[in-house]
Amino acid sequence: MNIKEIQNEIVDEFSMFDDWMERYEYIIELGKGLPIIEEQYKTEDNIIKGCQSKVWVHAEEKDGKVVFSADSDAILTKGIIAILIRAFSNQTPAAILEANTDFVDEIGLKEHLSATRANGLVSMIKKIKMYALAFEAKN
Amino acid sequence: MFDVQKIRAQFPILSQTVNGKPLVYFDNGATSQKPQVVIDSIVDYYSKYNANIHRGVHTLSQLATDAYEEARFKIQRHFNAKHSYEIILTSGTTESINLVANGFASLLQKGDEIIVSALEHHSNIVPWQMLCEHTGATLKVIPMSIHGELIMEEYDKLLSNKTKLVCCNHISNALGVLNPIEEIISKAHAVGAAVLIDGAQSCPHIKPDVQALDVDFYATSAHKMCGPTGVGMLYGKEEWLRKLPPYKGGGEMIATVTFEKTTYADLPHKFEAGTPNICGGIAFGAAIDYMNEVGFDNIAKHEHELLIYGTKRLQEIEGVTIYGPTDLNKKASVISFNIENIHPYDIGTIIDKLGIAVRTGHHCAQPIMDFFKIPGTIRASFAFYNTKEEIDIFVEAVKKAKMMLS
Repeated sequence: MNIKEIQNEIVDEFSMFDDWMERYEYIIELGKGLPIIEEQYKTEDNIIKGCQSKVWVHAEEKDGKVVFSADSDAILTKGIIAILIRAFSNQTPAAILEANTDFVDEIGLKEHLSATRANGLVSMIKKIKMYALAFEAKN
Repeated sequence: MFDVQKIRAQFPILSQTVNGKPLVYFDNGATSQKPQVVIDSIVDYYSKYNANIHRGVHTLSQLATDAYEEARFKIQRHFNAKHSYEIILTSGTTESINLVANGFASLLQKGDEIIVSALEHHSNIVPWQMLCEHTGATLKVIPMSIHGELIMEEYDKLLSNKTKLVCCNHISNALGVLNPIEEIISKAHAVGAAVLIDGAQSCPHIKPDVQALDVDFYATSAHKMCGPTGVGMLYGKEEWLRKLPPYKGGGEMIATVTFEKTTYADLPHKFEAGTPNICGGIAFGAAIDYMNEVGFDNIAKHEHELLIYGTKRLQEIEGVTIYGPTDLNKKASVISFNIENIHPYDIGTIIDKLGIAVRTGHHCAQPIMDFFKIPGTIRASFAFYNTKEEIDIFVEAVKKAKMMLS
Protein backbone atom coordinates (compact mmCIF):
# COMPACT_ATOMS: atom_id res chain seq x y z
CA MET A 1 0.00 0.00 0.00
CA ASN A 2 1.17 3.50 -0.62
CA ILE A 3 1.16 6.20 2.05
CA LYS A 4 -2.16 7.67 0.97
CA GLU A 5 -3.86 4.27 1.12
CA ILE A 6 -2.50 3.55 4.57
CA GLN A 7 -3.58 6.99 5.75
CA ASN A 8 -7.11 6.38 4.42
CA GLU A 9 -7.18 3.08 6.22
CA ILE A 10 -6.25 4.77 9.49
CA VAL A 11 -8.90 7.47 8.96
CA ASP A 12 -11.49 4.71 8.35
CA GLU A 13 -10.49 2.89 11.51
CA PHE A 14 -10.80 6.03 13.60
CA SER A 15 -14.20 6.89 12.15
CA MET A 16 -15.64 3.73 13.68
CA PHE A 17 -15.34 5.06 17.19
CA ASP A 18 -18.13 7.00 18.84
CA ASP A 19 -16.21 8.87 21.45
CA TRP A 20 -12.74 9.90 22.39
CA MET A 21 -12.33 7.44 25.21
CA GLU A 22 -12.65 4.65 22.65
CA ARG A 23 -10.17 6.38 20.38
CA TYR A 24 -7.74 6.70 23.26
CA GLU A 25 -8.13 3.01 23.99
CA TYR A 26 -7.30 2.30 20.36
CA ILE A 27 -4.28 4.63 20.44
CA ILE A 28 -3.04 2.82 23.56
CA GLU A 29 -3.51 -0.49 21.75
CA LEU A 30 -1.53 0.80 18.75
CA GLY A 31 1.19 1.99 21.11
CA LYS A 32 1.70 -1.56 22.29
CA GLY A 33 2.46 -2.63 18.70
CA LEU A 34 5.06 0.07 18.10
CA PRO A 35 8.31 -1.23 16.55
CA ILE A 36 10.57 -0.44 19.46
CA ILE A 37 13.82 1.39 18.87
CA GLU A 38 16.97 -0.45 19.86
CA GLU A 39 18.43 0.76 23.14
CA GLN A 40 21.65 1.95 21.41
CA TYR A 41 19.64 4.46 19.36
CA LYS A 42 18.00 6.08 22.37
CA THR A 43 20.44 8.94 22.17
CA GLU A 44 20.06 12.66 22.82
CA ASP A 45 20.19 13.21 19.04
CA ASN A 46 17.19 10.98 18.51
CA ILE A 47 15.01 12.65 21.16
CA ILE A 48 12.30 14.76 19.62
CA LYS A 49 12.21 18.28 20.99
CA GLY A 50 8.82 19.77 21.66
CA CYS A 51 7.37 16.71 23.33
CA GLN A 52 6.69 16.83 27.06
CA SER A 53 7.13 13.11 27.30
CA LYS A 54 10.33 11.60 25.95
CA VAL A 55 10.15 10.36 22.35
CA TRP A 56 12.96 8.77 20.40
CA VAL A 57 12.75 8.03 16.68
CA HIS A 58 15.32 6.17 14.64
CA ALA A 59 15.36 5.32 10.91
CA GLU A 60 17.31 2.95 8.73
CA GLU A 61 17.30 2.47 5.01
CA LYS A 62 16.55 -1.05 3.76
CA ASP A 63 16.33 -1.79 0.03
CA GLY A 64 15.70 1.83 -0.79
CA LYS A 65 12.94 2.17 1.82
CA VAL A 66 12.98 3.93 5.16
CA VAL A 67 12.19 1.81 8.20
CA PHE A 68 11.32 3.63 11.40
CA SER A 69 11.46 2.51 15.02
CA ALA A 70 10.61 4.59 18.08
CA ASP A 71 9.79 4.64 21.77
CA SER A 72 8.32 6.91 24.41
CA ASP A 73 7.89 6.84 28.18
CA ALA A 74 4.18 7.74 27.79
CA ILE A 75 1.76 5.22 26.28
CA LEU A 76 -0.46 7.70 24.42
CA THR A 77 2.61 9.20 22.82
CA LYS A 78 3.73 5.72 21.82
CA GLY A 79 0.36 5.21 20.16
CA ILE A 80 0.60 8.46 18.25
CA ILE A 81 4.08 7.75 16.97
CA ALA A 82 2.91 4.22 16.06
CA ILE A 83 0.21 5.75 13.84
CA LEU A 84 2.79 7.93 12.11
CA ILE A 85 5.23 5.08 11.66
CA ARG A 86 2.50 2.89 10.20
CA ALA A 87 1.82 5.59 7.63
CA PHE A 88 5.44 6.32 6.72
CA SER A 89 7.55 3.25 7.41
CA ASN A 90 8.65 1.00 4.52
CA GLN A 91 8.22 3.78 1.97
CA THR A 92 10.79 5.42 -0.25
CA PRO A 93 12.36 8.69 0.90
CA ALA A 94 10.78 10.44 -2.06
CA ALA A 95 7.29 9.17 -1.21
CA ILE A 96 7.68 10.24 2.44
CA LEU A 97 8.82 13.71 1.39
CA GLU A 98 5.90 14.10 -1.02
CA ALA A 99 3.24 12.82 1.37
CA ASN A 100 0.91 15.27 3.00
CA THR A 101 -0.17 14.78 6.61
CA ASP A 102 -3.80 15.89 6.44
CA PHE A 103 -4.90 12.53 7.82
CA VAL A 104 -3.68 13.66 11.23
CA ASP A 105 -6.31 16.43 11.18
CA GLU A 106 -8.91 14.10 9.68
CA ILE A 107 -8.72 11.70 12.58
CA GLY A 108 -8.92 14.70 14.87
CA LEU A 109 -5.64 13.93 16.59
CA LYS A 110 -4.40 17.47 16.75
CA GLU A 111 -7.53 19.06 18.17
CA HIS A 112 -7.78 16.37 20.83
CA LEU A 113 -4.26 16.82 22.03
CA SER A 114 -3.24 19.61 24.34
CA ALA A 115 -1.19 22.31 22.63
CA THR A 116 2.00 20.87 24.05
CA ARG A 117 1.25 17.43 22.69
CA ALA A 118 0.14 18.88 19.35
CA ASN A 119 3.52 20.63 19.12
CA GLY A 120 5.10 17.28 19.82
CA LEU A 121 3.09 15.75 16.99
CA VAL A 122 4.32 18.41 14.58
CA SER A 123 7.89 17.75 15.74
CA MET A 124 7.45 14.01 15.19
CA ILE A 125 6.29 14.55 11.60
CA LYS A 126 9.16 16.93 11.04
CA LYS A 127 11.65 14.37 12.34
CA ILE A 128 10.24 11.67 10.04
CA LYS A 129 10.53 14.00 7.05
CA MET A 130 14.06 14.98 8.05
CA TYR A 131 15.13 11.34 8.02
CA ALA A 132 13.59 10.91 4.57
CA LEU A 133 15.36 14.04 3.38
CA ALA A 134 18.70 12.79 4.70
CA PHE A 135 18.34 9.44 2.90
CA GLU A 136 17.16 11.17 -0.27
CA ALA A 137 20.21 13.43 -0.21
CA LYS A 138 22.53 10.48 0.36
CA ASN A 139 21.18 8.64 -2.68
CA MET B 1 -21.48 30.25 57.75
CA PHE B 2 -19.28 28.76 55.04
CA ASP B 3 -21.54 27.31 52.35
CA VAL B 4 -19.54 25.86 49.49
CA GLN B 5 -22.52 25.71 47.12
CA LYS B 6 -23.23 29.39 47.72
CA ILE B 7 -19.58 30.15 47.00
CA ARG B 8 -19.55 28.05 43.83
CA ALA B 9 -22.51 30.02 42.52
CA GLN B 10 -20.29 33.14 42.64
CA PHE B 11 -17.89 31.63 40.07
CA PRO B 12 -19.55 31.59 36.63
CA ILE B 13 -16.95 29.27 35.08
CA LEU B 14 -17.61 26.47 37.56
CA SER B 15 -21.08 25.74 36.20
CA GLN B 16 -19.91 24.87 32.69
CA THR B 17 -19.24 21.51 31.12
CA VAL B 18 -15.97 20.43 29.53
CA ASN B 19 -15.96 17.63 26.96
CA GLY B 20 -19.60 17.07 27.86
CA LYS B 21 -18.85 16.55 31.54
CA PRO B 22 -19.25 18.95 34.47
CA LEU B 23 -15.96 20.80 34.97
CA VAL B 24 -13.87 19.63 37.92
CA TYR B 25 -11.21 22.29 38.27
CA PHE B 26 -8.26 21.03 40.30
CA ASP B 27 -5.58 23.18 38.69
CA ASN B 28 -5.83 25.98 41.22
CA GLY B 29 -2.11 25.92 41.85
CA ALA B 30 -1.64 27.16 38.28
CA THR B 31 -4.34 29.79 38.50
CA SER B 32 -7.58 30.17 40.43
CA GLN B 33 -10.97 30.89 38.96
CA LYS B 34 -12.52 34.33 39.36
CA PRO B 35 -15.69 35.25 41.24
CA GLN B 36 -18.30 37.53 39.68
CA VAL B 37 -17.30 40.49 41.90
CA VAL B 38 -13.78 40.44 40.47
CA ILE B 39 -15.07 40.12 36.91
CA ASP B 40 -17.46 43.01 37.63
CA SER B 41 -14.62 45.18 38.90
CA ILE B 42 -12.86 44.73 35.55
CA VAL B 43 -15.98 45.51 33.52
CA ASP B 44 -16.74 48.51 35.77
CA TYR B 45 -13.31 49.97 35.28
CA TYR B 46 -13.42 49.77 31.49
CA SER B 47 -17.04 50.84 31.20
CA LYS B 48 -17.05 53.66 33.74
CA TYR B 49 -13.69 55.21 34.56
CA ASN B 50 -10.91 53.98 32.26
CA ALA B 51 -8.18 56.64 32.24
CA ASN B 52 -4.46 56.86 32.82
CA ILE B 53 -3.44 57.42 36.42
CA HIS B 54 -1.22 59.88 38.31
CA ARG B 55 -1.17 62.22 35.31
CA GLY B 56 -4.44 63.77 34.25
CA VAL B 57 -6.20 66.52 36.14
CA HIS B 58 -9.51 65.39 34.70
CA THR B 59 -12.19 63.59 36.66
CA LEU B 60 -11.80 60.14 35.13
CA SER B 61 -8.07 60.17 35.76
CA GLN B 62 -8.73 61.12 39.38
CA LEU B 63 -11.25 58.29 39.77
CA ALA B 64 -8.88 55.75 38.25
CA THR B 65 -5.96 56.99 40.35
CA ASP B 66 -8.02 56.81 43.53
CA ALA B 67 -9.22 53.29 42.74
CA TYR B 68 -5.69 52.10 41.92
CA GLU B 69 -4.20 53.62 45.06
CA GLU B 70 -7.11 52.26 47.12
CA ALA B 71 -6.13 48.79 45.84
CA ARG B 72 -2.61 49.43 47.12
CA PHE B 73 -4.07 50.27 50.55
CA LYS B 74 -6.13 47.08 50.49
CA ILE B 75 -3.00 45.05 49.71
CA GLN B 76 -1.09 46.89 52.46
CA ARG B 77 -3.78 46.13 55.03
CA HIS B 78 -4.11 42.54 53.88
CA PHE B 79 -0.40 41.82 54.29
CA ASN B 80 -0.08 44.18 57.26
CA ALA B 81 2.72 46.22 55.70
CA LYS B 82 3.74 49.24 57.75
CA HIS B 83 3.39 51.67 54.83
CA SER B 84 1.43 51.57 51.59
CA TYR B 85 4.55 52.69 49.69
CA GLU B 86 6.19 49.40 50.69
CA ILE B 87 3.77 47.71 48.27
CA ILE B 88 5.10 47.74 44.70
CA LEU B 89 2.57 46.67 42.10
CA THR B 90 4.20 44.40 39.54
CA SER B 91 3.09 42.03 36.79
CA GLY B 92 3.33 39.10 39.19
CA THR B 93 5.63 37.07 41.40
CA THR B 94 8.17 36.51 38.65
CA GLU B 95 8.60 40.21 38.03
CA SER B 96 8.71 40.90 41.77
CA ILE B 97 11.60 38.47 42.16
CA ASN B 98 13.41 39.85 39.13
CA LEU B 99 13.03 43.37 40.49
CA VAL B 100 14.85 42.40 43.68
CA ALA B 101 17.46 40.34 41.79
CA ASN B 102 18.22 43.29 39.54
CA GLY B 103 18.47 45.63 42.50
CA PHE B 104 20.95 43.39 44.27
CA ALA B 105 23.28 43.43 41.26
CA SER B 106 24.74 46.67 42.62
CA LEU B 107 24.95 45.39 46.20
CA LEU B 108 26.70 42.04 45.74
CA GLN B 109 30.29 41.18 44.99
CA LYS B 110 32.40 38.15 44.26
CA GLY B 111 32.42 35.71 47.13
CA ASP B 112 28.98 36.67 48.41
CA GLU B 113 26.44 33.88 48.70
CA ILE B 114 22.75 33.51 47.92
CA ILE B 115 20.80 30.61 49.40
CA VAL B 116 17.72 29.11 47.77
CA SER B 117 15.84 25.96 48.69
CA ALA B 118 15.59 22.67 46.82
CA LEU B 119 11.84 23.25 46.56
CA GLU B 120 11.90 26.37 44.41
CA HIS B 121 9.98 27.13 41.26
CA HIS B 122 12.25 28.05 38.35
CA SER B 123 11.26 31.67 38.84
CA ASN B 124 12.95 31.65 42.24
CA ILE B 125 16.08 29.94 40.90
CA VAL B 126 16.89 31.44 37.51
CA PRO B 127 16.90 35.16 38.50
CA TRP B 128 19.40 34.32 41.26
CA GLN B 129 21.57 32.29 38.91
CA MET B 130 21.59 35.26 36.54
CA LEU B 131 22.50 37.55 39.44
CA CYS B 132 25.34 35.19 40.43
CA GLU B 133 26.67 35.16 36.88
CA HIS B 134 26.59 38.93 36.84
CA THR B 135 28.20 39.55 40.23
CA GLY B 136 30.38 36.49 40.84
CA ALA B 137 28.28 35.51 43.85
CA THR B 138 27.62 31.82 44.54
CA LEU B 139 24.28 30.01 44.76
CA LYS B 140 23.79 27.52 47.60
CA VAL B 141 20.85 25.16 47.99
CA ILE B 142 19.06 23.98 51.15
CA PRO B 143 18.47 20.26 50.50
CA MET B 144 15.23 18.43 51.22
CA SER B 145 14.27 15.08 52.68
CA ILE B 146 12.45 12.35 50.75
CA HIS B 147 9.23 13.83 52.13
CA GLY B 148 10.03 17.17 50.53
CA GLU B 149 10.82 18.87 53.82
CA LEU B 150 13.79 21.22 53.99
CA ILE B 151 16.65 19.90 56.10
CA MET B 152 17.16 22.76 58.51
CA GLU B 153 20.44 21.43 59.96
CA GLU B 154 21.88 21.75 56.47
CA TYR B 155 20.51 25.27 56.22
CA ASP B 156 22.34 26.14 59.44
CA LYS B 157 25.59 24.91 57.89
CA LEU B 158 25.09 26.99 54.74
CA LEU B 159 24.60 30.25 56.63
CA SER B 160 27.64 32.45 57.19
CA ASN B 161 28.68 36.07 57.03
CA LYS B 162 29.04 35.55 53.27
CA THR B 163 25.28 34.96 52.98
CA LYS B 164 23.64 38.08 51.61
CA LEU B 165 20.24 36.77 50.54
CA VAL B 166 18.01 33.81 51.32
CA CYS B 167 15.17 33.08 48.90
CA CYS B 168 12.54 30.49 49.60
CA ASN B 169 8.92 29.80 48.82
CA HIS B 170 6.32 29.91 51.57
CA ILE B 171 4.50 26.94 50.06
CA SER B 172 6.03 24.73 47.35
CA ASN B 173 4.11 24.72 44.08
CA ALA B 174 5.16 21.22 43.09
CA LEU B 175 4.53 19.41 46.38
CA GLY B 176 2.47 21.80 48.53
CA VAL B 177 5.01 21.79 51.38
CA LEU B 178 4.55 24.55 53.93
CA ASN B 179 8.07 25.75 54.69
CA PRO B 180 9.20 26.93 58.15
CA ILE B 181 9.81 30.46 56.92
CA GLU B 182 9.80 32.05 60.40
CA GLU B 183 12.87 30.00 61.27
CA ILE B 184 14.42 30.59 57.85
CA ILE B 185 13.98 34.35 58.25
CA SER B 186 15.24 34.67 61.82
CA LYS B 187 18.32 32.54 61.12
CA ALA B 188 19.14 34.54 57.98
CA HIS B 189 18.80 37.79 59.90
CA ALA B 190 21.18 36.45 62.55
CA VAL B 191 23.96 36.46 59.92
CA GLY B 192 22.85 39.77 58.43
CA ALA B 193 21.24 38.36 55.27
CA ALA B 194 18.03 39.63 53.68
CA VAL B 195 15.17 37.23 52.96
CA LEU B 196 12.81 37.07 50.00
CA ILE B 197 9.77 34.83 50.31
CA ASP B 198 7.95 33.67 47.18
CA GLY B 199 4.32 33.70 48.25
CA ALA B 200 2.71 32.75 44.94
CA GLN B 201 1.35 29.50 46.33
CA SER B 202 0.69 30.59 49.92
CA CYS B 203 -1.51 33.64 49.40
CA PRO B 204 -4.48 31.65 48.05
CA HIS B 205 -4.52 29.69 51.33
CA ILE B 206 -3.20 31.86 54.14
CA LYS B 207 -2.89 35.50 55.09
CA PRO B 208 0.77 36.36 55.67
CA ASP B 209 1.63 39.16 58.10
CA VAL B 210 4.85 40.64 56.74
CA GLN B 211 5.62 42.58 59.93
CA ALA B 212 5.11 39.57 62.20
CA LEU B 213 7.26 37.50 59.83
CA ASP B 214 9.85 40.30 59.80
CA VAL B 215 10.46 39.37 56.17
CA ASP B 216 12.45 41.74 53.94
CA PHE B 217 10.68 40.95 50.65
CA TYR B 218 7.46 39.07 49.99
CA ALA B 219 6.27 38.45 46.44
CA THR B 220 2.96 37.20 45.13
CA SER B 221 0.59 37.10 42.14
CA ALA B 222 -3.08 38.12 42.05
CA HIS B 223 -4.22 35.43 39.66
CA LYS B 224 -3.76 32.55 42.05
CA MET B 225 -5.94 34.29 44.64
CA CYS B 226 -9.06 35.03 42.57
CA GLY B 227 -7.60 38.10 40.88
CA PRO B 228 -6.68 38.66 37.23
CA THR B 229 -3.48 37.57 35.50
CA GLY B 230 -0.68 40.03 34.80
CA VAL B 231 -0.65 41.72 38.18
CA GLY B 232 1.02 41.00 41.48
CA MET B 233 2.96 42.70 44.20
CA LEU B 234 6.28 42.98 45.88
CA TYR B 235 6.35 43.92 49.53
CA GLY B 236 9.70 45.30 50.57
CA LYS B 237 10.80 46.82 53.85
CA GLU B 238 11.22 50.54 53.35
CA GLU B 239 14.95 50.49 54.15
CA TRP B 240 15.55 47.84 51.49
CA LEU B 241 13.41 49.50 48.85
CA ARG B 242 15.32 52.74 49.39
CA LYS B 243 18.61 50.90 49.01
CA LEU B 244 17.70 49.18 45.74
CA PRO B 245 18.11 51.15 42.51
CA PRO B 246 15.16 51.40 40.09
CA TYR B 247 14.52 48.34 37.97
CA LYS B 248 13.00 49.86 34.84
CA GLY B 249 13.34 53.35 33.44
CA GLY B 250 10.46 55.32 31.99
CA GLY B 251 7.57 57.55 32.85
CA GLU B 252 6.03 57.64 36.32
CA MET B 253 9.26 56.60 38.07
CA ILE B 254 10.96 59.98 37.74
CA ALA B 255 10.95 63.23 39.69
CA THR B 256 12.79 65.39 37.14
CA VAL B 257 14.40 64.53 33.83
CA THR B 258 17.00 66.51 31.91
CA PHE B 259 19.45 65.10 29.39
CA GLU B 260 22.18 65.58 31.99
CA LYS B 261 20.53 63.90 34.95
CA THR B 262 17.32 62.29 36.10
CA THR B 263 16.15 62.13 39.68
CA TYR B 264 13.88 59.31 40.67
CA ALA B 265 10.43 59.46 42.11
CA ASP B 266 9.82 58.40 45.68
CA LEU B 267 8.50 54.98 46.70
CA PRO B 268 6.55 53.17 45.40
CA HIS B 269 6.65 54.90 42.00
CA LYS B 270 10.41 54.54 41.71
CA PHE B 271 9.75 50.90 40.80
CA GLU B 272 6.63 51.42 38.71
CA ALA B 273 7.80 52.81 35.39
CA GLY B 274 5.25 53.24 32.62
CA THR B 275 1.50 52.91 32.65
CA PRO B 276 0.77 50.05 35.01
CA ASN B 277 -1.91 47.36 34.79
CA ILE B 278 -4.47 49.77 36.22
CA CYS B 279 -7.47 47.53 35.76
CA GLY B 280 -5.53 44.55 37.09
CA GLY B 281 -4.46 46.43 40.21
CA ILE B 282 -8.04 47.48 40.94
CA ALA B 283 -9.32 43.93 40.39
CA PHE B 284 -6.51 42.60 42.62
CA GLY B 285 -7.97 44.80 45.36
CA ALA B 286 -11.44 43.41 44.68
CA ALA B 287 -10.07 39.85 44.88
CA ILE B 288 -8.48 40.57 48.25
CA ASP B 289 -11.77 41.97 49.53
CA TYR B 290 -13.57 38.90 48.25
CA MET B 291 -11.19 36.42 49.86
CA ASN B 292 -11.34 38.22 53.18
CA GLU B 293 -15.10 38.15 52.99
CA VAL B 294 -15.00 34.37 52.52
CA GLY B 295 -12.52 34.38 55.40
CA PHE B 296 -9.10 32.76 55.53
CA ASP B 297 -10.09 30.66 58.55
CA ASN B 298 -12.97 29.19 56.56
CA ILE B 299 -10.72 28.70 53.54
CA ALA B 300 -8.05 26.89 55.58
CA LYS B 301 -10.59 24.64 57.32
CA HIS B 302 -12.42 23.62 54.14
CA GLU B 303 -9.26 23.09 52.11
CA HIS B 304 -7.69 20.99 54.85
CA GLU B 305 -10.77 18.75 54.88
CA LEU B 306 -10.43 18.38 51.09
CA LEU B 307 -6.75 17.53 51.48
CA ILE B 308 -7.43 14.83 54.06
CA TYR B 309 -10.31 13.39 52.05
CA GLY B 310 -8.48 13.53 48.71
CA THR B 311 -5.35 11.94 50.17
CA LYS B 312 -7.37 9.12 51.72
CA ARG B 313 -9.34 8.46 48.53
CA LEU B 314 -6.28 8.52 46.26
CA GLN B 315 -4.47 6.08 48.53
CA GLU B 316 -7.22 3.57 47.73
CA ILE B 317 -5.67 3.22 44.29
CA GLU B 318 -2.99 0.59 44.11
CA GLY B 319 0.41 1.81 43.00
CA VAL B 320 -0.14 5.47 43.99
CA THR B 321 2.80 7.43 45.33
CA ILE B 322 2.05 10.82 46.87
CA TYR B 323 5.03 13.18 47.07
CA GLY B 324 5.53 15.62 49.92
CA PRO B 325 5.04 15.56 53.69
CA THR B 326 3.10 12.64 55.17
CA ASP B 327 1.98 14.98 57.98
CA LEU B 328 -0.86 16.82 56.25
CA ASN B 329 -0.55 19.72 58.69
CA LYS B 330 2.72 20.55 56.95
CA LYS B 331 1.17 21.05 53.52
CA ALA B 332 -1.39 23.05 51.58
CA SER B 333 -4.31 21.50 49.71
CA VAL B 334 -2.09 20.11 46.96
CA ILE B 335 -1.66 16.44 46.10
CA SER B 336 1.23 15.68 43.81
CA PHE B 337 1.28 12.02 42.84
CA ASN B 338 2.12 9.32 40.34
CA ILE B 339 0.80 5.87 39.55
CA GLU B 340 3.34 3.11 39.18
CA ASN B 341 4.48 2.52 35.60
CA ILE B 342 2.18 5.16 34.13
CA HIS B 343 3.35 8.45 32.71
CA PRO B 344 1.64 11.49 34.32
CA TYR B 345 0.77 12.92 30.86
CA ASP B 346 -1.21 9.83 29.98
CA ILE B 347 -3.36 10.18 33.09
CA GLY B 348 -3.77 13.95 32.59
CA THR B 349 -4.84 13.55 28.96
CA ILE B 350 -7.43 10.91 29.68
CA ILE B 351 -9.01 12.54 32.72
CA ASP B 352 -9.22 15.82 30.78
CA LYS B 353 -11.67 14.02 28.50
CA LEU B 354 -13.66 13.27 31.65
CA GLY B 355 -13.92 16.97 32.47
CA ILE B 356 -11.10 17.13 35.01
CA ALA B 357 -8.41 19.80 34.96
CA VAL B 358 -5.17 18.94 36.73
CA ARG B 359 -1.59 19.89 36.07
CA THR B 360 0.85 17.29 34.84
CA GLY B 361 4.54 17.67 34.27
CA HIS B 362 7.50 19.07 36.15
CA HIS B 363 5.60 22.13 37.48
CA CYS B 364 8.50 24.43 36.57
CA ALA B 365 10.49 22.71 39.30
CA GLN B 366 12.77 20.34 37.41
CA PRO B 367 15.28 19.96 40.26
CA ILE B 368 12.52 18.44 42.42
CA MET B 369 11.62 15.94 39.69
CA ASP B 370 15.31 15.08 39.28
CA PHE B 371 15.50 14.50 43.04
CA PHE B 372 12.69 11.94 42.88
CA LYS B 373 13.99 10.63 39.50
CA ILE B 374 10.61 11.06 37.83
CA PRO B 375 9.59 12.91 34.62
CA GLY B 376 6.83 14.75 36.47
CA THR B 377 3.77 14.28 38.61
CA ILE B 378 0.02 14.72 38.43
CA ARG B 379 -0.90 17.63 40.67
CA ALA B 380 -4.41 18.11 41.99
CA SER B 381 -4.61 21.44 43.81
CA PHE B 382 -7.83 22.28 45.62
CA ALA B 383 -9.40 25.67 46.27
CA PHE B 384 -12.05 26.64 48.78
CA TYR B 385 -14.74 26.28 46.08
CA ASN B 386 -13.96 22.61 45.44
CA THR B 387 -15.98 19.80 47.00
CA LYS B 388 -15.64 16.23 48.19
CA GLU B 389 -18.06 15.18 45.44
CA GLU B 390 -15.58 16.54 42.89
CA ILE B 391 -12.83 14.52 44.56
CA ASP B 392 -14.98 11.41 44.14
CA ILE B 393 -15.41 12.13 40.41
CA PHE B 394 -11.67 12.75 40.12
CA VAL B 395 -10.69 9.52 41.90
CA GLU B 396 -13.06 7.49 39.73
CA ALA B 397 -11.57 9.13 36.62
CA VAL B 398 -8.03 8.33 37.74
CA LYS B 399 -9.07 4.72 38.36
CA LYS B 400 -10.58 4.52 34.89
CA ALA B 401 -7.46 6.03 33.30
CA LYS B 402 -5.29 3.61 35.22
CA MET B 403 -7.34 0.69 33.96
CA MET B 404 -7.03 1.90 30.37
CA LEU B 405 -3.30 2.51 30.64
CA SER B 406 -2.18 -0.60 32.52
